[in-house]
Amino acid sequence: MNLSVNLGKLKLKNPVMTASGTFGYGAEYSEFVNLNNLGAVVVKGLSLNPMAGNPPPRIYETPCGMLNSIGLQNIGVEAFIKEKLPYLKQFDTKIIVNFFGDSIKEYVKTAERLSSVNGIHALEMNISCPNKQAGWSIFGTDPKVTFKVVSAVRKITDLTLIVKLSPNVTDIALMAKVAEDAGADAVSVINTLTGMAINAKTRQPRLANIIGGLSGPAIKPIALRMVWECHKAVRIPIIGMGGIISAEDAIEFLIAGSSAVAIGTANFVNPKAAQDIIDGMKLFMIEEHISNVKELIGRLKC
Amino acid sequence: MLSADNSLDPLLKRPFSLFRWLDKDIQILYRVVGKLTNILKDKKPDDILEIIGPLGNGFPVIKGKARPILIGGGIGSAPLFSLAETIKHKKPIFFIGAKTKKEILYTYALKSIGINPIISTDDGTLGQKGVITNVLREFLTHHSSPITDYCIYACGPRPMLKELTLLSEKFNLKGYIALEENMACGVGACLSCVVNTKNGFKRVCKEGPVFPIEEIVW
Repeated sequence: MNLSVNLGKLKLKNPVMTASGTFGYGAEYSEFVNLNNLGAVVVKGLSLNPMAGNPPPRIYETPCGMLNSIGLQNIGVEAFIKEKLPYLKQFDTKIIVNFFGDSIKEYVKTAERLSSVNGIHALEMNISCPNKQAGWSIFGTDPKVTFKVVSAVRKITDLTLIVKLSPNVTDIALMAKVAEDAGADAVSVINTLTGMAINAKTRQPRLANIIGGLSGPAIKPIALRMVWECHKAVRIPIIGMGGIISAEDAIEFLIAGSSAVAIGTANFVNPKAAQDIIDGMKLFMIEEHISNVKELIGRLKC
Repeated sequence: MLSADNSLDPLLKRPFSLFRWLDKDIQILYRVVGKLTNILKDKKPDDILEIIGPLGNGFPVIKGKARPILIGGGIGSAPLFSLAETIKHKKPIFFIGAKTKKEILYTYALKSIGINPIISTDDGTLGQKGVITNVLREFLTHHSSPITDYCIYACGPRPMLKELTLLSEKFNLKGYIALEENMACGVGACLSCVVNTKNGFKRVCKEGPVFPIEEIVW
């Protein structure tokens, strides 16, 4: 059975990765999941300097989903390289580092620093966090700015460059195409959808930040649709994510056109979710007489 | 962190404190308030629940002569019983407050280990009428002196803990409080459950749920 897939020049042993922000820096879940078994570990988004994040309450559960407004709390690039990367490097998996900046200059500087150390296999550019101040979102919603920032990072790194797209746009396929034209090796589809919850009795928002990003099974149909639209628009590989809870969910994303999938909120529901999904995928392939997982990618029958 | 089944709604596991940890069992004390606890109340013996734990820290048993004062508010009394059992030789003084008589928990069990709790209810249906922090203030006003030394252990609703922080400052008391926050992973990864402390945000699931009372910034 062949489970390996390619993201540009990066070869994964299987298509299952963890979604940034839901798996810490890897170590947090190592009691539950053998990291050697994962296609890739994508770490919590990093910025040049440490960030404190938003005030609590930061999450609120909604039917079949959750809103979060963590606000990109992170330890910063240098602390990651010094304290977290050495641990992760022991494992036989691909390490993908999610990062972001407050300006094109900062994106470039952060990417440069991350590209200068050994052990990082790919960079995932976050241009789509719903928890940044208004104004920041143009990186992921204004095609001209997206092109500029992705091109600038592309120029300074030889690592596989993944761009994580925002679903909070009119036409995500266009944004995928822009990322491709700017030199991205792959796109992650999708980040969380902006949402809101209110306590009717107190008339207050449930999140201190008022709005947050919606994730979980509630958003799966939207994510699948967006993967499908991007698949038709670009030639670069797509990493599908958004509400994947089971192996069957993951396989649906492959069929819609993803070359790999990322497990996010499901890690919270079941800390062994990523492993369970790999096992379930293998079982599915045996039952359906599929010997190579690539036979599933983009094979929607319609 | 506990889930009752594989349903997608409720989706996330819920954090519970341990009421008691026995040889072969753990006991959880809960109030039926939401989706998960409504499922939980219909569970039967031998039904299977999924639990990750124990997670985080617990109440530290401090050395020295300080007499423990335990303060539980509503269902927040749950994690204090085990502590009371552990430190009963130190003759803890136990304050329990709730909205109404029905929500005053496990006083029978406390009496069985020789602790006679001081009780208050908001509606006056049991014990003194009013919030438990008022009863505690009264107590400290009469029983606190430079030579008496107390250590506070508390868990309960936010306004109660906030008031306790003020009291601990006023009467110069040390102590520990167990906090609750909305939680997603329980293992320190998602950074959902942070509280503001004098040393920045800390995770209730990992650095907590028990914090020194003077550390929290309300």
